[in-house]
Amino acid sequence: MSFAGYQRQNGTVGTRNYVGIISMVCCANDVAWWISQGVEGCVPFLHSHGCGQTQPDLDLVTRTITSVGWNPNLAAVLLVSLGCESVLVDKIAEGIMQTGKRVEKVIIQKIGGSTRAVAEGCRLARSMVIEVSKLRREDFPDSALMMGVKCGASDTTSGLAANPIAGAACDLLIDHGGSCVFGETTEFIGAEHILAQRAARPEVAQKIRNIVELMEKRAMAMGFDMRGGQPTAGNIAGGLTTIEEKSLGAIVKGGSKPIQEVYEYGERPQGNGLFIVDTPGREPEFLTALAAAGCQVVVFTTGLGAPQGFPFIPVIKVTSNPTTYERLEDHIDMFVEPTINGDSGITQAGEALYQEILAVASGKQTKAEVTGYGNFPNIFTLGPTI
Amino acid sequence: MKQRAVILNVEDNVATALVDLKSKDGLELKFAGGTITIELNSDIPFGHKFSIANIEHGSQVIKYGEAIGIAKVKIHPGDYVHVHNVESARGRGDLYGGTK
Repeated sequence: MSFAGYQRQNGTVGTRNYVGIISMVCCANDVAWWISQGVEGCVPFLHSHGCGQTQPDLDLVTRTITSVGWNPNLAAVLLVSLGCESVLVDKIAEGIMQTGKRVEKVIIQKIGGSTRAVAEGCRLARSMVIEVSKLRREDFPDSALMMGVKCGASDTTSGLAANPIAGAACDLLIDHGGSCVFGETTEFIGAEHILAQRAARPEVAQKIRNIVELMEKRAMAMGFDMRGGQPTAGNIAGGLTTIEEKSLGAIVKGGSKPIQEVYEYGERPQGNGLFIVDTPGREPEFLTALAAAGCQVVVFTTGLGAPQGFPFIPVIKVTSNPTTYERLEDHIDMFVEPTINGDSGITQAGEALYQEILAVASGKQTKAEVTGYGNFPNIFTLGPTI
Repeated sequence: MKQRAVILNVEDNVATALVDLKSKDGLELKFAGGTITIELNSDIPFGHKFSIANIEHGSQVIKYGEAIGIAKVKIHPGDYVHVHNVESARGRGDLYGGTK
């Protein structure tokens, strides 16, 4: 099986061909936004971080922004810096340049304010857009794909059909030599012993248990027992009885293959297979982690209807809730009957989803892309703002 | 004809309603393990569960082929299964001691 993508200098393949306007720090967001809106073919990456944080968080933010710049869907990158932020624009630029792609930067305080920064940024961005527009799609095997999987605004239907089908598509991609990434550590709680059983090596099983324990400890440090509040009143009204049931319904989205490795937030998985990235469940932070990992396409299952995509990665929305599919047709790409029953129904629907993934990878637009919804990603950080 | 409830795994002892179901409804459910007939003892709303087997007090409630909780009382086929008669092991897989 194959798809049509863009060859990158480092051997990876993009499913989109954007120039990324990446903000280094919250204070530079406005300029990055204005540049991205002033030039066709650009996408903004904005966030709330980059300064006023502890060094471990600054390191995490640096690693994440660098990895975001590495994503194969960005053909070239413009970094927008204020000038006094704690993350180092030169270090990030050097890191991204290792991919071979063109990296430019604009520093607001140096160039003399936002108007001059926007003018220079647009000039550079226009030159990059014209240059990368010369690239054409070529055929590549599906093994060149790394797919991210998320479940959001989940309800009972998510675990009945949408998630199992996403899992079936993951299994297919991995069988074809590709990779899948899932995360949302919060959603493992109650089912981590099951995930641990699927670890490829004992140290991976231990990492799975560790990341769940760390997530719970962080909440407990604030006096909040994560297992105590789960399932939520909304989940219970929807039919989910225990945290185990909720988490089991969530983890099926990652399919059935062995888990090769557990990565930290902002890291880039190496090799092929199924990977976990340690992340929270919230969309802005998790989608960024998928971008940082190198995902070129994302399958996002939803029960109640989560609308957002991501600035430069196509996000395919799948639901098994017929009301959601009807009411939120602006945001949902695919409906899967919740009555899908038994292994053969799941397999067939998984194959249909897989074909859709290849079509989207080759250029078919998703609802999130055509609505332009998804301008507010963020980066997950561990510590306080200081 | 569309199934009105689904059994997700051959090991499961509960089914999930795909439409609002009524007490005394009779259902014929096909799944990988064969076909079973159940008469409901309660109304079961969309997305909620009912038992398809006898589940003794203290035994595991199984969905997705895994334990999702422990029965607080004896549960009969056709009974509504939810927070009133199932308790979580609070996600502590070790408390199930060897799943299933």
